[in-house]
Amino acid sequence: MAQSQRPSSLFRNLSAKIAAIPMILTALVIFVGCTVWTVVYSFTKSRMLPKEDFVGLMQYERLWATKRWLVSVENIAIYGICSLILSLVIGFVLAALLDQKIRFENTFRTIFLYPYALSFIVTGLVWQWILNPTFGIQKVVRGWGFEDFTFDWLANTDYVIYAVLIAGLWQGTGLVMALMLAGLRGIDEDIWKASRVDGIPSWKTYLFIVIPMMRPVFVTTLVIIAAGIVKVYDLILAQTSGGPGIASEVPAKYVYDYMFRAGNLGQGFAASTMMLVTVLIILIPWVILEYGGKKNAS
Amino acid sequence: MKFKHTLAAAAVALTVGTANAADIEVTHWWTSGGEAAAVKVFADSFNAMGGDTWVDGAIAGSGGVARPVIVSRILGGDPMGATQLNHGRQAEELVEAGLMLDLTELAEKEGWRDIVRPSSLLDSCTLDGKIYCVPVNIHSWQWMWTNPGAFEAAGTEAPANWNDFVAAAPKLQEAGIVPLAIGGQPWQINGAFGVLAVALGGTDLWKAVNVDKNAEAAGGAEMAKVWEAFGAARELATGSAVEQWNEATNLVLTGKAGAQIMGDWAQGEFSVAGKSAGTDYDCLPGLGLETVLSTGGDAFYFPVNDDAEVTAAQMKMASMMLSKSVQVDFNLAKGSLPVRGDVDLSAANDCMKKGLAILENPDNILPDGTQVLSPDTVQQIDDLLAEFWATASMSAADAQARYADLIGDAD
Repeated sequence: MAQSQRPSSLFRNLSAKIAAIPMILTALVIFVGCTVWTVVYSFTKSRMLPKEDFVGLMQYERLWATKRWLVSVENIAIYGICSLILSLVIGFVLAALLDQKIRFENTFRTIFLYPYALSFIVTGLVWQWILNPTFGIQKVVRGWGFEDFTFDWLANTDYVIYAVLIAGLWQGTGLVMALMLAGLRGIDEDIWKASRVDGIPSWKTYLFIVIPMMRPVFVTTLVIIAAGIVKVYDLILAQTSGGPGIASEVPAKYVYDYMFRAGNLGQGFAASTMMLVTVLIILIPWVILEYGGKKNAS
Repeated sequence: MKFKHTLAAAAVALTVGTANAADIEVTHWWTSGGEAAAVKVFADSFNAMGGDTWVDGAIAGSGGVARPVIVSRILGGDPMGATQLNHGRQAEELVEAGLMLDLTELAEKEGWRDIVRPSSLLDSCTLDGKIYCVPVNIHSWQWMWTNPGAFEAAGTEAPANWNDFVAAAPKLQEAGIVPLAIGGQPWQINGAFGVLAVALGGTDLWKAVNVDKNAEAAGGAEMAKVWEAFGAARELATGSAVEQWNEATNLVLTGKAGAQIMGDWAQGEFSVAGKSAGTDYDCLPGLGLETVLSTGGDAFYFPVNDDAEVTAAQMKMASMMLSKSVQVDFNLAKGSLPVRGDVDLSAANDCMKKGLAILENPDNILPDGTQVLSPDTVQQIDDLLAEFWATASMSAADAQARYADLIGDAD
């Protein structure tokens, strides 16, 4: 259905393009401009105020020699990988279970989605109390007579990041489930009928037919989860404040602490540039894979 | 009726406010009971002078939360009339950038050099011979608060110094009492470390490390003793799983813990609980080993403003904060010591008097960590000490080596 006579493509939908100019400018100035500014100043010795006092890679050398930054990177990797996999798996399983035309589906959906309505601050505080060894689960179970029961992940430097992960999953899985459920509902009923006629077990249908058909839903979900992982900050702040010690620090908190509390802009800029680089390393190949071949396909 | 009155009063206040006087917004982070009462002393005295009005801009949260807000407002071209900061290096760059009002003229007229004690407080306000802030109180970190009752309950004597305390600690532990209460926040751990360094290493060593930034001294054998003691303190504090400093103070207060190393503001908690110094609780300045006090504290800065009326009001406020009667009322409410020695403090309690007696001799006075180290260095040391404190497997020697590197790189 191609148009028979195309005017110059520049003037097509002219009003729409004019309307988009403010947005384009905002994107260029705020996002691109400020990003470039940050990267440039990460090579300076700026303290509380930005100064054009270039020192080469000094800030980066210091950054990668800092234990707290290394711990932060390790934590975000653990949190990121686990939360990506687990929230996709749990979210999909919950959605598939809800999709079995069960009774009280609305009730369950509400219960699962409800945590998402809470902010990370509230989530963090709630789980801080639940996991607190002196007041929370440990105390309750010991009260039942299991005197040796220990569940002190919040006070344990090795496990504290998993305690944060639990809270993050509790908060975020509901949304993943809702997205997946919407995807499942979008699958044509006839496909299920056909697979039943062919005698394919339903788990196989899910795995080899339904999931590949839900690819767009998975991509959307992935982007939402990934964005949540990179910016995780408030959850940590509310639940552990980075402690015990520096065991649950994350990069975003490092950036904030050094820019504003320590008054060392250069160091904060260097750390945020590293965060940007990491995101780009993951994003660029994916964008090329996802959209690069599209022109030929459609 | 009442509403109408209020409305009328508000209208009058508004017209007066815009006609011939300035509203001075004052930002600070004093929000706890005693602190708020202390701020009220300032506000009332300022309003009573007539003309200008004190507009309270309290920012909830501690300095760590409030300071970024204050700094970004000044940098963003929306300066308040006056703001609290800890003097020293936190505002250094703001002063260098010409964003703070120069108070030198007023200071010379009123002779601040002669009345402010110790003079190091005014030095921290001074850059290139000009004075940019008003010190209002002296807070010192160098205290250990003990509960004699807890030691009695464990069948041992109340300690007179840190060594006694360490010797008595096993008995406390046997009795189920945590010897040392420290909240898990890095600034508390850093503070306790500073106190130990002064008390066990001596003032000369402390100055070599913190003032002269001598990395050799920081990595040397003398400092190693301090690190050993700090490692021992880590053992003594196991079991006190609290975060906030006042929760830790509460452990001491209720006899669940033997002692806490904390600044003199902890005393506010004891007095709010109705305890009296000397009997219910005891205080050991310099851990009972060194009679010194570090003299940090709060200061007020006045951001530069285009409005001449505001500038005049800022000068008036600066002068008011250092006046005799305001100094006494304010510091009694705050639990801190006044910055001038020529005022009457007969209402002070035993521990405050101990502190005042130490301040009599200028040799006993140390600058505070925030006065000599940049916030960047403080943050790095905070990180290191927090890691050490939470990681039982980290040895004192390893931590000391990293500490020496940090001091060597400090500016």
